[in-house]
Amino acid sequence: MKSYRHIGSKTSRPDGADKAAGKAIYIHDLTRPGMLFGKIKFSEFPHACIKNIDTSKAERMPGVKAVITAYNTPEIRIGFLRDNFALKKDKVRQYRDEVAAVAAIDPEIAEEAVSHIKVEYEPLPGVFSPEEAMKEGAPLIHDVDPQGRKRSDNALSLRFHHESGDLESGKQTAKFIVQGQYSTPLVQQSCMGTSGCIAEFDMNNNLTLWAKTQIPFLAQRDFNRALGDMGLRGKNTRIIIPAIGGAFGTGLDTHAYEYIAILLAFQTGHPVKILYTRDEEFAYLSPRQSSQTQIIQGCDPEGRLTFRSVEVLQDNGAYTSWGATYPSVMMLPATSLYRVPNVYFDAKLVYTNNTYCQAMRGYGNPEHCWALESNMDELAEQAGIDPYEFRLINSNKPNETTPMGLKISTCGLEESLKSVANTLDWAIKRGKGKQRGVGMASLIHVGGGGRIYRSDASGLILKLDDFGNVNVYHGGVEMGQGLHSVLTLAVAESLGVRPDKVFINPTDTGTCPWDVGTHASRGSFMAGNTAILAAKKLRSQIFRLAEDVFPEEVHKNLKKHIKEHPDYKPPEFDVEAAATQDRFELKDGFIFLKDAPDEPWLRLELGRYLRAIHFRDQGQMLTAEVFYDPPNELPDFEKGIGNISSTYVFGTQGVEVEVDMETGEIKILRMAAAHDVGKVLDPEGLRGQIYGALAQGIGYALYEELRTEKGHIQNTNFRDYKIPTIQELDFPIDLEFIETNDSFGPFGAKGAAEPGLVPTAPAIANAIYDAVGIRIRDLPITPEKVLSALKNLNKQTEKRRTAK
Amino acid sequence: MRRTISFFLNGSEVNVTLKDHMRLIDCLRETLNLTGTKEGCGEGECGACTVLVDGQAVNSCLYPAPEAEGKNVLTIEGLQGSENRLSFIQKAFVELGAIQCGFCTPGMILATKALLDSNPDPSDQDIRAALQGNLCRCTGYVQIVEAVKQAAENMRGPE
Repeated sequence: MKSYRHIGSKTSRPDGADKAAGKAIYIHDLTRPGMLFGKIKFSEFPHACIKNIDTSKAERMPGVKAVITAYNTPEIRIGFLRDNFALKKDKVRQYRDEVAAVAAIDPEIAEEAVSHIKVEYEPLPGVFSPEEAMKEGAPLIHDVDPQGRKRSDNALSLRFHHESGDLESGKQTAKFIVQGQYSTPLVQQSCMGTSGCIAEFDMNNNLTLWAKTQIPFLAQRDFNRALGDMGLRGKNTRIIIPAIGGAFGTGLDTHAYEYIAILLAFQTGHPVKILYTRDEEFAYLSPRQSSQTQIIQGCDPEGRLTFRSVEVLQDNGAYTSWGATYPSVMMLPATSLYRVPNVYFDAKLVYTNNTYCQAMRGYGNPEHCWALESNMDELAEQAGIDPYEFRLINSNKPNETTPMGLKISTCGLEESLKSVANTLDWAIKRGKGKQRGVGMASLIHVGGGGRIYRSDASGLILKLDDFGNVNVYHGGVEMGQGLHSVLTLAVAESLGVRPDKVFINPTDTGTCPWDVGTHASRGSFMAGNTAILAAKKLRSQIFRLAEDVFPEEVHKNLKKHIKEHPDYKPPEFDVEAAATQDRFELKDGFIFLKDAPDEPWLRLELGRYLRAIHFRDQGQMLTAEVFYDPPNELPDFEKGIGNISSTYVFGTQGVEVEVDMETGEIKILRMAAAHDVGKVLDPEGLRGQIYGALAQGIGYALYEELRTEKGHIQNTNFRDYKIPTIQELDFPIDLEFIETNDSFGPFGAKGAAEPGLVPTAPAIANAIYDAVGIRIRDLPITPEKVLSALKNLNKQTEKRRTAK
Repeated sequence: MRRTISFFLNGSEVNVTLKDHMRLIDCLRETLNLTGTKEGCGEGECGACTVLVDGQAVNSCLYPAPEAEGKNVLTIEGLQGSENRLSFIQKAFVELGAIQCGFCTPGMILATKALLDSNPDPSDQDIRAALQGNLCRCTGYVQIVEAVKQAAENMRGPE
């Protein structure tokens, strides 16, 4: 196996020291001269006509610089389907609709001014579940579509569908068939740093926006369109990304609050900051969608899957974000997790008066994995096969094409299953009862980009300076996940310099090349591949110019060396003859000839070499730019066919639990996670990605849920919305990274950011079933649900006993 | 009502004039421009704003600034040594990957300092008890526990 100098070795993240010292600058910490503070007035009804907005009192308050509504600003349509508006006119469709906003000289004045805005509404009947919304005669959330055509129902026009093989024959050949309905709740991404931005116009009416986004360049496109709507056609938005306090998918869309800051900044001529409080973050930021999944699947007498049929119903909420395209990812496990020849998949999305939703880590995969991997255990039981064996029988293999057309290159699923079974002592622990049990679940996810847009590309610029430093410009976003660590290692490794000579510049649409966005676990994959390509370009420039410059410089070296060491007899070595571009090497920041790597005077420090080519006739500075679009396809989502990623990740997680029969509480005793990551790039960073995702998966499994009451979110703080604390993570977690060395991946690596969250919940549910024989099908698995299921189980056992 | 108070901030005396109801976090971040202390929730639920007052970890979002009168306040800015050197705890957090987005980090590190100052050899349980008020959404806490143990070991020195 190839050995690396930096890749895979233990390093500290480049932003770590600043973060530890409190020196990293988040949007919360940024100010601009003359900056005002914006505050939004949100709707007080889930569905109502706006009759009047009285802003007069707010406007009269000292310190208030602007009060805006949809009635005194241009209409700005936003969202994936452009069915949303920066400010709402005539009608509100959810509690969090933005009806007015204020800019003031300090946050307190802005808050008070907003409290003085009085809105008169005429309430309309609302619908709060997709089932209600689909009923004949249900109130329409949108009377017309974005093109102005009259709508007749609440279904979205987006279609996600797949049919392959012959479902009927799959059912015929199945000996065992199991069906189940599974649901997942609304959950909040809960970034520790809340959302916010600063908008500022220069006197040419170009906009700079400091934003918490994962899609700087798609955001630039969105905001430039908004500038057009504001009468500033042709003007530009520059997006600069400060340190980000976690994103987890919240940065995949542009948000109404950003457009409102832009409107306020334009109106007042001052920079305007909008920063959400924690309460606002819970109440007014789009969470992860809730979903309902119906699965039927069957297997033959040997346990081989013969068919799978999946129907998904998604509550879209009142407007449409990129998150509405979750089914594009749900299709992956539905069609391609385990070998299954005959597949049906269909997803319906429905408007309701609930909060509209957006992306969160995993993007539909945790929802779908919950259903699929719970159901796999149920089918295994029906077939009388151990669920671990059942998964092995059906495991994906390398070099296969799945029904969706996913071209699996490397596949470590079998190894990951075996690893988890081994770590958990599966054979000993499974089926032993006594309120203890083990369970597992697996996953497939994109690992080589994920094409959900016309381009899945990413650019990178490497700029060398006079000191041998490598300045890196990349459009990907560091949001905590460790992108900049990987980028540093990848540049250092592939160029041949030390990591401390690599400097990653802030992500800025004005200086960095285009990137589709940091999503789909693509950051490391794209950064790594672009770094390799750019370094290759740069090395060939360096070595080409070295043919002339290197001999000149080393002769100077030699002279100096002889002066210092008069007895030195240089080896007979014709530098001029040896100095052809293919004979050079660059390692640890030194250029030398492969034929004489160790002779001190024949080694040139990179900075000195660069100065030599800079300060001479026709001098040059070296930069390299690459633009890499990975070899994958934009699927036809209505047919559900297309190789969406250039490689796929697999993994298995297992858990041992203990169920408290008195309280219904689930105690996790141990977890095991084995992931096919292709190749470990940054060991500490990778561990952190998996541990962190696991913790989010535990919250998803056991307690996280945004509770709503007729569209109104009830738990808008960390007291009532629990995320895992350090006390809940009090059990051993064994990680194993399976290195399948994928040929598409940089240094063999695949994406690894989302997978850790995907199979955690079903692994826990499967372990609970093993422990006490109850099957919970709706997340989260709260003690109340456990107790009620235990009670039902007791009743059934009692019934069976009396029947005998 | 405004009043002037004086307290020791990271070892030096400061005098600030502030409103009676001002929170300590606002005094630090806005009046004194020390933005290393982070506000994650404003309700004492997340611990991101943790600072030490007379050695005790407190949520500066709940702590009235006037109550700091005459006391010793330590913020993250006071932890690093001269010539930009990180403290043992900060170093361990960096080296063990206990930092991702970093928003919880200053609070987490100060809560660790309060723990290690009173208990130089904490068990895993001690660490969990001391940090249970500090939420982190990125790391799953595993490397944070490792970092605290490493920092404790480094602080105790070679045995």
